[in-house]
Amino acid sequence: MREADARAGLGTRADAGRGTPAHVAHEALSHAAAQTHHHHTHAFGSRHEEGRHLLQVEGLGVSFRMYDEKGPYLRARRREVPVIEDLSIAVHAGEIVAVAGASGSGKTLLADAILGLFEPNATVRGRIWFEGELLDADGLARVRGRGVSLVPQGVGSLDPLMKVGRQAEGFARGGGRRARAERRARRRELFARYGLSEEVARLYPHQLSGGMARRVLLCCALMDDPRVIVADEPTPGLDPDLAVRALEDFRAFADAGGGVLLITHDVELALRVADRVAVFEGGTVVEETAVESFASPETLSHPFSRALWHALPEHDFAAPADGEGGGGGDAAKDAAGEGGAGPARAQEAPADRAVDRTARDDAGRPRAQEASHA
Amino acid sequence: MLEARGITFGYPGAKRPLYKEFNLAVEPGERVAIIAPSGFGKTTLCRLLAGYERPQAGRILVDGAPLPRRGACPVQLVLQHPELAVDPRMRMERTLAEAGEVPERLLDGLGIRREWLRRYPHELSGGELMRFCIARALAAGPRYLVADEATAMLDAITQARIWRFLMEEAAERGMGVVFASHSPALVERVATRTVRLDG
Repeated sequence: MREADARAGLGTRADAGRGTPAHVAHEALSHAAAQTHHHHTHAFGSRHEEGRHLLQVEGLGVSFRMYDEKGPYLRARRREVPVIEDLSIAVHAGEIVAVAGASGSGKTLLADAILGLFEPNATVRGRIWFEGELLDADGLARVRGRGVSLVPQGVGSLDPLMKVGRQAEGFARGGGRRARAERRARRRELFARYGLSEEVARLYPHQLSGGMARRVLLCCALMDDPRVIVADEPTPGLDPDLAVRALEDFRAFADAGGGVLLITHDVELALRVADRVAVFEGGTVVEETAVESFASPETLSHPFSRALWHALPEHDFAAPADGEGGGGGDAAKDAAGEGGAGPARAQEAPADRAVDRTARDDAGRPRAQEASHA
Repeated sequence: MLEARGITFGYPGAKRPLYKEFNLAVEPGERVAIIAPSGFGKTTLCRLLAGYERPQAGRILVDGAPLPRRGACPVQLVLQHPELAVDPRMRMERTLAEAGEVPERLLDGLGIRREWLRRYPHELSGGELMRFCIARALAAGPRYLVADEATAMLDAITQARIWRFLMEEAAERGMGVVFASHSPALVERVATRTVRLDG
């Protein structure tokens, strides 16, 4: 058994606790009848095909075993640093769910978890279902690229030594000239749809502008005809028209029966294209609601959601003082009360979150501590 | 006044230049937004204004004089990707010190926590790093601040905080701001004037 699996509590019965005790009971719930369940409300287009969600994440927890950065170098003890805690989110057939929230709050880790990509020092708990099937780490790895595709955040995901057209075509399963020709034709069609000429196909990643690179990544994901797309910040670098255009294709994908989990910090864009929005803060989804709820702060239940609403330049462009309503690009730090004094934390997420304040990278992964002892 | 006078610039191998005989004048206290779709040269213009690129024709002038070759440049640039603008092997306090003395007031105004000073760039989030980059730029005492999509990668709350601080700071220092942004709503909130690069 792989190391990650040994610690991954994914899909095990032992992880009964919150939510339904076993996946059998979950599947038996009559989804169509419930107005709200799984802590979320539905949108107009959200469909339960075969009485279930396309993708369901329940009680996800991701923590990293790390050396205590404050301990003495050679004798520092290890501890578990939770980065995602008790996170639940659902993607229905026919919809786009945007996961929006503070930058650096581990949203990329959510994408990684769904794709079965785990760091060796990660401990993962919770349950993930895809098309009604409860999956463990191996199962998630199996559906990666065959059902669930990722549009990654970084242009660094592309091979710098391969022309992008060739990369997008990838490798045809089953080989053979015809399969390769089919993939080439599909790739051309997708490139054309996104305004990428054949000249672009002959470029290397470093020759692309930021926006072009994003479009190439999107094409790569669509090549495999997935049911669920997990898009991790797919639009920065694209001007609003191109961004909406890229998201329109996610829309078309959803309308054709697929599901999209759109991870983004850009709330304005999310509001233009998503059916439902999951507000991510402090390592968990604090609110999962139909996009219409964002028409006004009153229809939002969580203080952080409201703070986000007020901060938008279209609304109040409000900037709560640091320490309130999510802070410094990493709300987890603020939630833990770091930085002390300040006015009443009326707008802040519940302070009893156990999420740690450890330094973390933009993906939310705690940093290796060795460097800081140098 | 910060001036781009008759600027012509194009990257080698490009079919046509990004700008030909382009002119821009920014007065102190102005906040000028540069608007254009991707690929029209917003970033390049920002870099030209701050002296990171030399135009093929035309000049960049501050109060009639060219940008100095030594010492702190009166035009400071803040980029979209802060992680690419800092030395990854230097702790943040050293990176900040590159600009000289950084007043406490600046750290407080940007919400920079003191414990972050001892950290390395990879130990901070994008939003936190951006605050340092801005502090560093402001500590150099620029007459003009150029921000290239500086808050595009940040969440709405951090973006609002940073821009509100920048606007106050610019007003106080009589500093001119030039910023490139894709967001019409942000431009509406921040800009005193807009300039389109796409004709």
